[in-house]
Amino acid sequence: MLNYETHEYDVLVIGAGGAGLRAAIEAAATRLSVGLVCKSLLGKAHTVMAEGGIAAALANVDQRDDWKVHFTDTMRGGQYVNNWRMAELHAKEAPACVRELEAWGALFDRTQDGRILQRNFGGHKYPRLAHVGDRTGLEMIRTLQDHGIHQGIEVHMECTVVTLLQDDGRVVGAFGYDRERGRFRVFRAKAVILATGGVGRAYKITSNSWEYTGDGHSLAYHAGADLMDMEFVQFHPTGMVWPPSVRGILVTEGVRGEGGVLRNREGRRFMFDDIPELYRNQTSDNEEEGWRYTQGDPDARRPPELLTRDHVARCIVREIKEGRGSPHDGVFLDIAWIKERLPTAEDHIRRKLPSMYHQFKQLAGIDITKEAMEVGPTTHYVMGGIRVDADTQMSNVPGLFAAGECAAGLHGANRLGGNSLSDLLVFGKRAGRYAAEFAAEHGAGTIDEAQIESTATWALRYFESNGSAPTEAENPYRVQADLQDMMQDLVGIVRTESDLRKGVEALRDLAGRAQRVTVPGNREYNAGWHTALDLRHLLTVSEAIALAALERKESRGAHFREDYPDKDENEARENIIVRKGPDGEMQVTREALPATRSDLQTVIEEMQ
Amino acid sequence: MVMATFKLWRGDRDAGRFEDYQTDITEGMVVLDAVHQIQAEQAQDLAVRWNCKAGKCGSCSAEVNGSPKLMCMTRCSDIPLDKPVSIEPMKAFPLIKDLVTDVSWNFQVKKRIKPFKPRQPDADDGTWRMAQADIDRVQEFRKCIECFLCQDVCHVLREHQMHDAFIGPRFFVYGASLEMHPLDIENRLGDLKDSDGIGYCNITKCCTKVCPEDITITDNAIIPLKERVVDEFYDPLQKLFRIFRPRG
Amino acid sequence: MAQAELTLKQHGFGQTRRRDLWWLQPLAVFAGLSTFVIYTTWAAFQGEYYAFGPYLSPLYSPELFGESSHSWFGAKPSWWPAVLPWSPAFLILWAPGGFRLTCYYYRGAYYKAFWADPPSCAVAEPRHRYLGENSFPLILQNIHRYFLYLALLFVVVLAYDVWNALWFTDAATGATSFGIGIGTLVLAANVVFLGGYTLGCHSLRHLVGGIRDRLSASPARLKAYNCVGCLNRRHMLWAWMSLCWVGFSDVYVRLCAMGIWTDLRIL
Repeated sequence: MLNYETHEYDVLVIGAGGAGLRAAIEAAATRLSVGLVCKSLLGKAHTVMAEGGIAAALANVDQRDDWKVHFTDTMRGGQYVNNWRMAELHAKEAPACVRELEAWGALFDRTQDGRILQRNFGGHKYPRLAHVGDRTGLEMIRTLQDHGIHQGIEVHMECTVVTLLQDDGRVVGAFGYDRERGRFRVFRAKAVILATGGVGRAYKITSNSWEYTGDGHSLAYHAGADLMDMEFVQFHPTGMVWPPSVRGILVTEGVRGEGGVLRNREGRRFMFDDIPELYRNQTSDNEEEGWRYTQGDPDARRPPELLTRDHVARCIVREIKEGRGSPHDGVFLDIAWIKERLPTAEDHIRRKLPSMYHQFKQLAGIDITKEAMEVGPTTHYVMGGIRVDADTQMSNVPGLFAAGECAAGLHGANRLGGNSLSDLLVFGKRAGRYAAEFAAEHGAGTIDEAQIESTATWALRYFESNGSAPTEAENPYRVQADLQDMMQDLVGIVRTESDLRKGVEALRDLAGRAQRVTVPGNREYNAGWHTALDLRHLLTVSEAIALAALERKESRGAHFREDYPDKDENEARENIIVRKGPDGEMQVTREALPATRSDLQTVIEEMQ
Repeated sequence: MVMATFKLWRGDRDAGRFEDYQTDITEGMVVLDAVHQIQAEQAQDLAVRWNCKAGKCGSCSAEVNGSPKLMCMTRCSDIPLDKPVSIEPMKAFPLIKDLVTDVSWNFQVKKRIKPFKPRQPDADDGTWRMAQADIDRVQEFRKCIECFLCQDVCHVLREHQMHDAFIGPRFFVYGASLEMHPLDIENRLGDLKDSDGIGYCNITKCCTKVCPEDITITDNAIIPLKERVVDEFYDPLQKLFRIFRPRG
Repeated sequence: MAQAELTLKQHGFGQTRRRDLWWLQPLAVFAGLSTFVIYTTWAAFQGEYYAFGPYLSPLYSPELFGESSHSWFGAKPSWWPAVLPWSPAFLILWAPGGFRLTCYYYRGAYYKAFWADPPSCAVAEPRHRYLGENSFPLILQNIHRYFLYLALLFVVVLAYDVWNALWFTDAATGATSFGIGIGTLVLAANVVFLGGYTLGCHSLRHLVGGIRDRLSASPARLKAYNCVGCLNRRHMLWAWMSLCWVGFSDVYVRLCAMGIWTDLRIL
């Protein structure tokens, strides 16, 4: 008989980043019992890494801003494969969500008249990002955490979910283990919200931490939920490239928002060389105008450095490929140059970008107020994820909700900076509300003991001591590293049919190797074992990304196919859906994009 | 590339010892990279907490050569590698395994502190007006990443184990961020004096020295709170003033 | 939470795995403060050679009762018990002494250097029992702001001494004329350092503005708060500079008064 602890809740939230916390707070407000499970300690989730700000059309800095402009910016940035309803809800509800944070104690930087200050960011027409220096994510997660702990939510820290439990198709709980002792836990719940974040650990160069192994995507997939748009993986244009051990660590877009410019080895601002048609009207064609924009001139157009992330990343890759990169295979990001314009530039930089200053000083020995940084693209975010209903955030599996990065739809083919934090708030809140509603309307389901038993057996077979160690035992860290190398090379920023096919093939091989993984030691805080268990999730999402990328035969947003370098409007009418087939194999299908509501279509056309 | 020796603490609640591991150090490596390399190649079941690896989440706190530090922000080139480098877990908290300690006490303490309570909104739309000058002070405290290094180094917790009577520097910073918040109207001074034990702090400033976010914990958070406690409980003149002018 | 069994607790005074020279700073503080306390005690007990012409040693200022021309209220009072040794310094030295003794910077410094509580950061201590400033006697440290009020008066008095040090009396004619000697500069520097130290006091920072959460509403207080805050950031430096300079000022006046050193007139 398997030994496990059981916890019972009305609503179970998996993941305690911005979306998970916001969902838990909302669900707890209905007086239902709420459990919150997270892989790390509370308050350490990747939300803390968000630097730039929260996009919301508060119109505190530029009064011309409103939800329609934000909606249009989001749709344009996502190259119109976004779910229009989500984009609408997001643009409309984000301002209230930001004000709510302030009511819970968040302290955003202020305007002269004491309101929330907003800054410029890539793809946003007006200054729109509520921020706190360059540590907005920390402010947000700490506010939610400090508010959340007084709402009666039961938190299970350092606890990992291995599988979702189902009763006749409906999700009725989750099964996992606590990291500390390795004891199994069963969480029974009437509704489950996934808020597990992204998949960045599938790549070698990433800004994501060890946690981002696509758990939510994989859990939902194996429970029968559809995954959508998985080919759209955002590579943030500016990650650190040197020294090697910090490669991938994020350099906030805020650097460019404050006037930082990208230059190649020859000192040329190469971003002026290639401005896409969609943005030509909004982009400045000279340095002077770009500078005025960053200084808040409402009549100036944005500098090309603040074009969308997919485009900037591709331009950087082009410079590097054509031999104009910096010494360590990146390009130069220069904020120090603003001292030509601002007498107090050094103070200004340290004040507006304190953690960037700190990060480069400490990790690379570079003073960004004096020297240029070296940057290159890094895996940052996945636009794709669990397909959900726009209003309720419920997936196609009853009782299973998803919010934040692990849900798909809002960002389309490319996410605008700042839209992720507002996404977490708006849809975290919605998921919490509707999951609570679902829980109130449904009784507790039945837990399948056999499912628990088989999962536990699977989880424990990784231990060497179980005696079943195959002859060619694999090291879990090695398999993970090989997977990351492979994804980086074959399913990275620039993709081709042959590479992707090789990638799919390689994944089969890696899956085989993952079967042979063994770990030493016992179940107590055994990082090797945790890595081994996460491999299944990584393999699942990697396969979904590779297959979806093969299927989309065009280049759009973050998905760039060298063999189909142009946009194809026929392709753009469909979402690519990945689901588990009856045979257990991954199926890829296409579904037509829902038609945009006519009034919103008019809004989009008016703002062209 | 140099070969360096690391003495890692291996053990659990019951017993433990230092074990030597040798690994290659390449340019720019931080201590956490070295620990990961050892974990992947020589000690797969080594327990170590980490997340962002960029000094923003405060997970990888440990003691490197006896000094409390974030492993991800400690460059190998800044420590002498000619002698073995010792890496051990924080000492103010019970050990779970290897480099991981049970920091749950901190989460319990935070829950005990009275939450943020804002005044009535200033504007009809339910929003407030705040001057940047008034929030500068509080924003410093809100930089805290909860790495608990200040708790670890504070001798009241580390040496005297007064976890029941003293909440530690982290939570004075938290308390200060609430008490000095321009919108907050809650009064926590009684708690600070009694249950939080602010009087146990003897201003040795070790917390300030180890803070990876450079928060001036002692001078900007703890001492101003001590002064506010003096106002409320020890200063007869202030008490007299308060009769004529209520606290604002 | 019962914390009885911290698995890795360091035992034994001075035990640490720190490799740097952690003992250097507390040792320097110990040496510096000891030297100062021993010297000032000795100097206070002298009761002579504390004034020279227009100069008055800061250790003796204000000279409430005393034999020099700087005395405010005349010679040694008759009520002073005969069994006690007499020095004009005894009447006043407790005030600046108390200010420094209860100063937030010095407290932390001497707890470490003199009590080893702790000897240095992350270094094990000799005693298990710990009361901190939570109960008697150290709870009395909270009196600091009252010493601040006195210390501010002392800065004014010492500034007045500098004014006095600008007026030299000709021994032959008895006429008084304006002048500046090295001693004047020494005393002036003393006021600057003491001012920097006193005006950077944590209690003062609190009283001028820190007490308020919304300072921007009163710009003058905000300005004062920022100024005090600016000095406060270097409080330790001001503390040491002023401490050394007070001692040096006394030495200077004393050497002049004893005839060992000749004060130079600049003007």
